[in-house]
Amino acid sequence: MASESATISSDAIARRFAELRGASRKAFIPYVTAGHPDPKRSVELLRGLADAGADIIEVGVPFSDPLADGAVIQASSQAALDQGVRFDQVLEIISDAGLTIPVVLFSYLNPLLRGGSDALKRAASAGAHGVLVTDLPLGSDPEREAWFADSPLDFIRLVAPTTPSERMSQIAKTGQGFVYLISRLGVTGEQATLSAELPATAARLRAATALPVCIGFGIATAEQARAAAVLGDGVVVGSAIVRAANESVGAAVALATTLRRGIDDA
Amino acid sequence: MSVSVHPSDRFGVFGGKYVPETLMPALEELEDAYAAAQQDNAFRVELSEMLANYVGRPSPLSDAPRLSALVGTRVLLKREDVNHTGAHKINNTVGQVLLARRMGKQRIIAETGAGQHGVATATVCARYGLQCVVYMGEEDMRRQSLNVFRMRLMGATVIPVLSGTRTLKDATSEAIRDWVTNVTDTHYIIGSVVGPAPYPRMVRDFQAIIGVEARAQVLERTGALPKSVVACVGGGSNAMGIFYPFVPDADVELIGVEAAGEGVDTHRHSASLTAGTPGVLHGALSYLLQDESGQVHPAHSISAGLDYPGVGPEHSFLKDSGRATYVSVTDAEAMQGFQTLSRLEGIIPALESAHAVAWITREAGRWTKDETVLLCVSGRGDKDVAQVMEMGILDA
Repeated sequence: MASESATISSDAIARRFAELRGASRKAFIPYVTAGHPDPKRSVELLRGLADAGADIIEVGVPFSDPLADGAVIQASSQAALDQGVRFDQVLEIISDAGLTIPVVLFSYLNPLLRGGSDALKRAASAGAHGVLVTDLPLGSDPEREAWFADSPLDFIRLVAPTTPSERMSQIAKTGQGFVYLISRLGVTGEQATLSAELPATAARLRAATALPVCIGFGIATAEQARAAAVLGDGVVVGSAIVRAANESVGAAVALATTLRRGIDDA
Repeated sequence: MSVSVHPSDRFGVFGGKYVPETLMPALEELEDAYAAAQQDNAFRVELSEMLANYVGRPSPLSDAPRLSALVGTRVLLKREDVNHTGAHKINNTVGQVLLARRMGKQRIIAETGAGQHGVATATVCARYGLQCVVYMGEEDMRRQSLNVFRMRLMGATVIPVLSGTRTLKDATSEAIRDWVTNVTDTHYIIGSVVGPAPYPRMVRDFQAIIGVEARAQVLERTGALPKSVVACVGGGSNAMGIFYPFVPDADVELIGVEAAGEGVDTHRHSASLTAGTPGVLHGALSYLLQDESGQVHPAHSISAGLDYPGVGPEHSFLKDSGRATYVSVTDAEAMQGFQTLSRLEGIIPALESAHAVAWITREAGRWTKDETVLLCVSGRGDKDVAQVMEMGILDA
C-alpha cells in the first residue's frame, strides 16, 4: 500500500528529526486530546502549541475505555466524547488546525478499526503523519499491525521499562518515525519525579535502535523535560498540558513555552 | 473482518493480547507459569485438595422435580451455589492464587461486578496470607453492599471506581491500570473468561471442573448425556466451565443465556453476543456492545454480574462456529426465574443464574419427557435478597 503520500508523510517526521539533529536540539512533543476542552478551542490549542515551539504534536483520539490513561486524560477523553467528537471529528480538527509540523494520532485500537479500511488514508489526507496505538503491542495481531505499517502514516511503536532488550530490537525494527519510550510503569499522568530506572532503560533502547527515541508518561515540569531530553531525542508531555487546557488555551500554551525552554536547556 | 490466527492466543479470530506493551512480559510470564503448573503434579494435587476440602467439591447435581414438572422435561441442577463463598467464582481464584504463589507474587488485585469474584479472591487471599485489592464500581458497591462488607471482613481493600458507568467495565479498566503500575509484584486475577490471552483459556480450564463433574454425574444419574446444557453468560465463566467438556459431544446442545435487561431492542441490556459486533475491549477481540464509531456502549442488567458490555472470546467463537446458541431474557423474566426456583425447589439462585432458570421455563414444552436439561446454578441469591426485597415482589 506504499503510495506517494506515504513517502511524503513518512518523510515529515524523519525530516523533523534530521533538522533537530543538525541544530543539536531535542524534540518537544505535546499531547492533546482532540476535541478537548471543546472542538473550537482544540483547534486553537493545536495552533498555539505549534507557535510555542512544538516540533510534533500528538493528538489523542477519544475512547470510552482508555485503560492506559490516568485520570486527567480519561476526563478529557470523556469530555470530548460528550461533545460528539469521534474519529471523523478528530480528523476535522486536525485539518482545521492546518499545522506545518507533523501530527501523530495517539489512539486505542477499537476506534481506528471502526473507522473502516480507509481510516488511516483519510487521517493522512487530513494532515496526520504518524499513528501510535496503545493496545497493539508487537506480535499481538500481525495482520492489523501490517495494516498500520503499510499505511501512509508512520507506525510509531511503544517500548516499556519491562520490555526485554531483545524485544526492544524487534519492536524497533518494525517501528517507523521514532520509538516512544514509556518512562515508567503505570498509566499517563504527572509525577513528582522521573523513574530512577529511566536512564538505564533509555540506554538499553538506544543500544537497540537507530530510530529517534522520544520519552513520555509522567513528565510534567520544565526540569523533568530537560532531564528526559538528555536521555532521548524528544520529550512527550501530555497530562500536564491537558490539565492546563482545562483552565484555558492560554495556560496550556504558556506551559508549552516553559517546557520548550526546559528542553532547549538540555 | 479478516482472519488472523495465533493458535495459542485465539479462538478462531477472537481473543488475542491487545494490551499496553508494559504488560506483555507479565502475560508471557503468566503463560509460562501456567504451562509449567499444568505439568506439575504437586500443583495439581494442591489444587484438587483445595477444591475438595476448602471449596467443597464435587458440587452436587440436584434433581428438580417440581421445576421439571413445570418445564415438561427432566431438569438437573449443577449446584455451584453450594460452593464455599456461594458461587462458581472460587474455582478460578483458588487456581490463580496457587499460580501467583508459584510466581512469587505477594499482591493480588481483582475486579468485581456482583462481588462474588471479589469475595472469592479475598477469601483465598486470606487463606494464603496474600495482600488483596479489589476494584468495584461505586454503583455495584451500592447494589452489593453485603459483599463489600464480606471482602473487608476478610482483610481485602475494596477500592470504589468512580469513572465511566461505575460498574464492572470500569472496575476492570481500573484493575488493569493498577496492574500496569504494579506489574512486578502483583498478579491480576481476572474473574471471567475475558481479558488478554492466556486468561480466557486459563480461567476456562479452572472452571471446566464444573462441566467435568456434571457430565459424569448426569451420565451416572440418567445413563445418557443431557439434551441441553444451559447457563447464564455475562463474561461467561460459569457457562464456559460447564460447556467445555461437552463441546466434543455434538448431540448436546449448548445454550448461553444473556441479560436482555429492558429488552435487546432498547439500549439497556448486556446481550453482547445477541446484539453486539466484534471489537476490542480489555485486551481481547470479541463481541462487544459498541456504537458505530467504536465507543463502548454502557451495559445494563438487573444483575451486577451480567452487567458487562463484552463477553469471553471463546463464546464469540462458539457462537460464530454454531456450536453454541445464545439467547437472552429480560430483567423482568429473570425476577420470575428467581422466584420460580425459590418456590419450586427451595433454592434461591443468584440473579445471574435466575436468567438461565427463566429461559428454560419460558421454553417449557421444548423438550420431551425423556430428555434431560442440565442447568448451571452458578451462585446463590443471598447477595441479591436485599435488592429484590426493595423491589417488593412479595407484595405484588
